[in-house]
Amino acid sequence: MKHLSEYRDGEKSLKLAAEISRIATRPWAIMEVCGGQTHSIIRNGIDQILPEQIEMIHGPGCPVCVTPISVIDKALEIAARPEVIFCSFGDMLRVPGTGSDLFRVKGGGGDVRIVYSPLDAVKLARANPGSEVVFLAIGFETTAPANAMAVKIAKDQSIKNFSVLVSHVLVPPAIEAIMNSANNRVQAFLAAGHVCSVMGFHQYPAIASKYGVPIVVTGFEPLDLLDGIRRTVLQLESGKAYVENAFPRVVSEAGNEVAQETIAEVFEITDRAWRGIGVIPESGWKLRPEYADFDAELKFNVPQVAQEHVTICRAGEVLRGAIKPHQCEAFGKQCTPRNPLGATMVSSEGACAAYYNYGRFVKP
Amino acid sequence: MTKLDPIEIQSPQCPVPLRDYPEVILAHGGGGKLSSELIEHVFAPAFANEHVTLLSDSTPLNLPNQQIAVSTDSFVVQPLFFPGGSIGELAVNGTVNDLAMSGSRPLFLTAGFIIEEGLQMEQLLRIANDMGRAAKTAGVSIIAGDTKVVERGCGDGCYINTSGIGVLLPERAIAIDQARPGDVVIVSGTVGDHGVAVMSVREGLEFETQIQSDCAPLTALVQAMLDAVPNIHAMRDPTRGGVAMSLNEIADASGCGIELDDESIPVRGPVRAACEFLGLDPLLVANEGKLIAIVASSDADRLLAAMKAHPLGRDAAIIGRVIEDKNRLVVARTPVGTKRIVSVPIGEQLPRIC
Repeated sequence: MKHLSEYRDGEKSLKLAAEISRIATRPWAIMEVCGGQTHSIIRNGIDQILPEQIEMIHGPGCPVCVTPISVIDKALEIAARPEVIFCSFGDMLRVPGTGSDLFRVKGGGGDVRIVYSPLDAVKLARANPGSEVVFLAIGFETTAPANAMAVKIAKDQSIKNFSVLVSHVLVPPAIEAIMNSANNRVQAFLAAGHVCSVMGFHQYPAIASKYGVPIVVTGFEPLDLLDGIRRTVLQLESGKAYVENAFPRVVSEAGNEVAQETIAEVFEITDRAWRGIGVIPESGWKLRPEYADFDAELKFNVPQVAQEHVTICRAGEVLRGAIKPHQCEAFGKQCTPRNPLGATMVSSEGACAAYYNYGRFVKP
Repeated sequence: MTKLDPIEIQSPQCPVPLRDYPEVILAHGGGGKLSSELIEHVFAPAFANEHVTLLSDSTPLNLPNQQIAVSTDSFVVQPLFFPGGSIGELAVNGTVNDLAMSGSRPLFLTAGFIIEEGLQMEQLLRIANDMGRAAKTAGVSIIAGDTKVVERGCGDGCYINTSGIGVLLPERAIAIDQARPGDVVIVSGTVGDHGVAVMSVREGLEFETQIQSDCAPLTALVQAMLDAVPNIHAMRDPTRGGVAMSLNEIADASGCGIELDDESIPVRGPVRAACEFLGLDPLLVANEGKLIAIVASSDADRLLAAMKAHPLGRDAAIIGRVIEDKNRLVVARTPVGTKRIVSVPIGEQLPRIC
């Protein structure tokens, strides 16, 4: 708790903001990659104390938001089966698939349960040998170690009624995809601190030099974020582009090697579709063939049915940083947290939900 | 039609005739002999009071000749027992507090039980005894009741509905539409304790915490508050939806805005920590023994002192003020001096993924 109050100090935050204001001589567009950072920036009003030249572009780092609709539809199909206990992290339950969501499947009689850890789903499988327990394994590099461990434990203990529906995504390929996109405006990145705590940041120097883009590993509290922004602005102003670690109390360059080993044992790199963005090559993880018995897609043989919905929702552009949430015509009108059209309005880490909940809709 | 002699039941010991039934069976709700035994040996001793007559169809009451207030609420909490309380205590305190918030003194409760076949008799005894004890603490009598038993799989062990009758305290009509710009917002203690305590023992979410539910009857605190400041403008117990929900209801009903100071809202360390890792906002987490009072600024210090002098108001704090705002928004001032909107939760608070 000490860390929380320490890194939320209002006075120090204002001082850092003033320093950024002093060093910024030109407009700069900086993307915070992670949805947790977006949430914190909006909740704490960090963007309001930054000088006008600094524009924060909200990145695609919300795992709930980028999970493709086809995966949600598969989840809905599996969860509705009578023999299945379907387990998920809480905020996936309200994400709309084609015409339904997990909450409605639950209401219709499906056994859908919120768990906090995939290991709890393994426990459920052990306790319910007559049921098929399926865990919706989504997320970035942060959730992968626990998901990998759950599958490994199930295999080691021969728990045959456990499987995972995998839609894991990776940060570095997403950063490259953004830099490669035709209308990219991003000039620097705040890399996601929690992802780096697992993976380290040895993948980033190559990206920083290839694209000439500063990358600063950044935490989530107001002082962390402001320090990360300060460092990117210093680099931008001096024409440099390298990798810095502004979150050393959590992140080391090598990351958590034990976690990485577990991930590598269970998962392998694959192309992955991102909701609102499209397929990014080598941007995800899938189960290795040795773990095929635990692959829910194979076990339940769900047909590929869904088509990406064409709606007025512009979540894709929000996720790419092309528009701000309130610039979408549906924002706050047809689309609210109560009736979300896109996943970015559902998850607490989605940029649209952050804007809506913390009041950006009253801004002109 | 005889008056009941109170029988001391020491939970979890089972009285003689029920010992043959370690679990509730369908026949306990069938209206026959087993139903009578359940009432006689579980509910009647636990709820014993001078108003109740055994197995009568209704209970005649003598009410003071003044306005009465009525409230009803159903309780479906899972699990039935949680750190610091149980569904039984919740069922009494929930309805008692709803009555207290309108400025009335709760007198009588009714209790309806829907029990799932297979509920441990020992658990039912504990629930009944918890209700009896809570009623005694709150100064109310449970004067009528009903029991139904549903088939296994058709309920979560036990659901309880309680309805309550109270008398409005003289000249007291505290409504939630009476907040006025300039008024001060006071909360009676730390927020989020109940919600976090229940979540800590929910399947799939278990985590270790010493947090106990704050489940308590607020009648005595309200009385002490009204003694100190008769003219409290609005009161609300922030249960489901938390402080955020209650304040938004008050702002909406009163046609004003409310501005909070983020840093002045009392939250226990472990509750803050649990909310951090679950991704929840303490302002949206349920409480069961807290109230929010809106009062003229000239009365605020006197009211705060009276609250702090009561055990249930020890941690009371001024957390904000009512302001003019035609948009009726509740906003919080962040530590960096910016403002964020405190919106109402959509449904249940969902733990975040990472």
